[in-house]
Amino acid sequence: MAVQPYGLIATFKTAPDLYHAAEQVRDAGYRHWDCITPFPVHGLDKAMGLKRSIVPRISLAGGITGFITGMTMIWWTGQIDYPLIVGGKPLFSPMFAFPVSYELTILFTAFATIGGMLLLNGLPRHYHPVLKYDHIVRGMDDTFFIVIEARDPRFNVANTKALLEKIGGASVTELEP
Amino acid sequence: MGHAPEHTSAAPAILAEVKPAHLPRATLVENDRSFSWITEKICGIIEGKTPTWWWVCFILACFVASFTVAGITYLVITGVGVWGHANPVNWAWDIVNFVFWIGIGHAGTLISAILCLLRQKWRTSINRAAEAMTIFAVVCAAIFPVFHVGRVWYAWYLFPIPNSNVIWQNFRSPLEWDVFAVSTYGTVSVLFWYVGLLPDLAVLRDRFFVAGNKVRSFLYGLFALGWRGSNRHWSNYEMAYIILAGISTPLVLSVHTIVSFDFAVSLLPGWHTTIFPPYFVAGAIFSGFGMVLTLMLPLRAIYGLQDLITQYHIDCMCKITLATGTIVGYAYGMEFFIAWYGANPYEGFAFINRAFGHYAWAYWIMIGCNVITPQFFWFKKIRENTSLVWILSIFVNVGMWFERFVIIVTSLARDFLPSSWGYYSPSIVEIFTFFGTFGVFSVLFLLFIRFLPVMPMAELKAVTPQADVHGGHGHAEPKH
Repeated sequence: MAVQPYGLIATFKTAPDLYHAAEQVRDAGYRHWDCITPFPVHGLDKAMGLKRSIVPRISLAGGITGFITGMTMIWWTGQIDYPLIVGGKPLFSPMFAFPVSYELTILFTAFATIGGMLLLNGLPRHYHPVLKYDHIVRGMDDTFFIVIEARDPRFNVANTKALLEKIGGASVTELEP
Repeated sequence: MGHAPEHTSAAPAILAEVKPAHLPRATLVENDRSFSWITEKICGIIEGKTPTWWWVCFILACFVASFTVAGITYLVITGVGVWGHANPVNWAWDIVNFVFWIGIGHAGTLISAILCLLRQKWRTSINRAAEAMTIFAVVCAAIFPVFHVGRVWYAWYLFPIPNSNVIWQNFRSPLEWDVFAVSTYGTVSVLFWYVGLLPDLAVLRDRFFVAGNKVRSFLYGLFALGWRGSNRHWSNYEMAYIILAGISTPLVLSVHTIVSFDFAVSLLPGWHTTIFPPYFVAGAIFSGFGMVLTLMLPLRAIYGLQDLITQYHIDCMCKITLATGTIVGYAYGMEFFIAWYGANPYEGFAFINRAFGHYAWAYWIMIGCNVITPQFFWFKKIRENTSLVWILSIFVNVGMWFERFVIIVTSLARDFLPSSWGYYSPSIVEIFTFFGTFGVFSVLFLLFIRFLPVMPMAELKAVTPQADVHGGHGHAEPKH
């Protein structure tokens, strides 16, 4: 295989093994690497040195948009486009516009949250080298992997492999791009 | 589980002296099952051969569902007059059934959202099925308001879509609020459910790929969106999940509040009360937990999920049913008290009429099922008797249907003008349509348990002891 591999993948049996290994990969200064786990491992974000997710900002933007959409829609339809007095009530009031705006706040927040999460994760994605790995089915089941990508400036097949083995990684394998 | 040990390195020195007791936590997955056992157990349900009972139930459910199809078809080709509505009772089974089904959905959201925010980890075994129940209940609920408009092909008038009349919806009306509340609720429930399913669909995608079933692998893969269990993804995913839980909580409370506004904002005695929003929300959760028990107990028995839905889970569900049932009982009492204390003769009459008028039979069924039934759950012996819990859960379902019937029909049948008083009975078409919705619900639920993981595998694994990166496998002190 003449082409540069996508990276190296190493197997870890248990969650604590993975956790401690991740701390060491982080401390070794790698940037383009990842852990593959069958479930969200508590505290692994810290062990990987990940920052807090920015999904909440996208959610907030969605929520504000939703609320403004609701209020604007009810004001524009009731007061501007077709003013119609019903039951002697005002053409627009934030009071009666509130329930609908509230629901739209939640609706838009939900879409923004999920859209934002997928966007940040680069999903949906048709192909990824990790999914080509023979034992990936175990990674969805009960095994943990660490992947260090070749595009990382510190990546070097021999050294990285040595690191992964040192920190307890089994069957370190090159991933096809 | 992982919280306490995380601070050990930086723990205050005082902890060494006071030696805080190690509080035992309820075991959520019994018999110390491994990760792969969980995967095998849940995926095995989908991968195995379709059991005979499934086909029997499915065909039966399709048959029952055909009643709804027949009822609605007849309604559409004839007109809304085929229902038993007549002055003064112009809302009856349609709205009763709508509120009944939407209320059932609320327990699903309560389990998935509120219990998630409260870190009630026992929710993990039941949340997937409960969320599915929510979605299917909303589907059943939606049938009624959509078809009760009469000319169903104009149902889109409910939404602010520019139309040839140039006129807009009346946003002052709680009925219009309800349109937004219920459609938002349905949409967000589906989104929440789908986000929870993502990692599990990826599991199935890869398992079917290995097993050589390319078609199913492709289909699950299509919906798994290329999920690969990356921790960088999990980080955003968990944040998104908790936000969805955070917004679903006010959502579920607002939906039934707005449903209760349909009544409370009117001027009709028996409807025009401020207690309605909390009373409706408690009732919704009560009925929903009744339905969760009705569905989960047979599922647990059939698929041998006793290690995942433990006695502890059943206890928790029974206790919530008891708590909300007692709130509902309190609300019944308080309504009566206020009707007397408010000194409004119309209000007073409406309540006396409820309990002792022509619909007294419905009122006392409601009291029996909703106030007395849950009180049995005080006793551990009863909570441990699965068959009895199941029977009691059926009573809860029945009682909550009658609650809506009592509220809607008795208030309308005796309005201000005695000359227009009436007595409502459902037509056969209404009975068929409602009966059929149980089939619609069952068809959807059976398809769900056949093709989708009934429990969130990733979440279940995360609450097992071996998922704790600090505590290792044991329950005792952390290793380092």
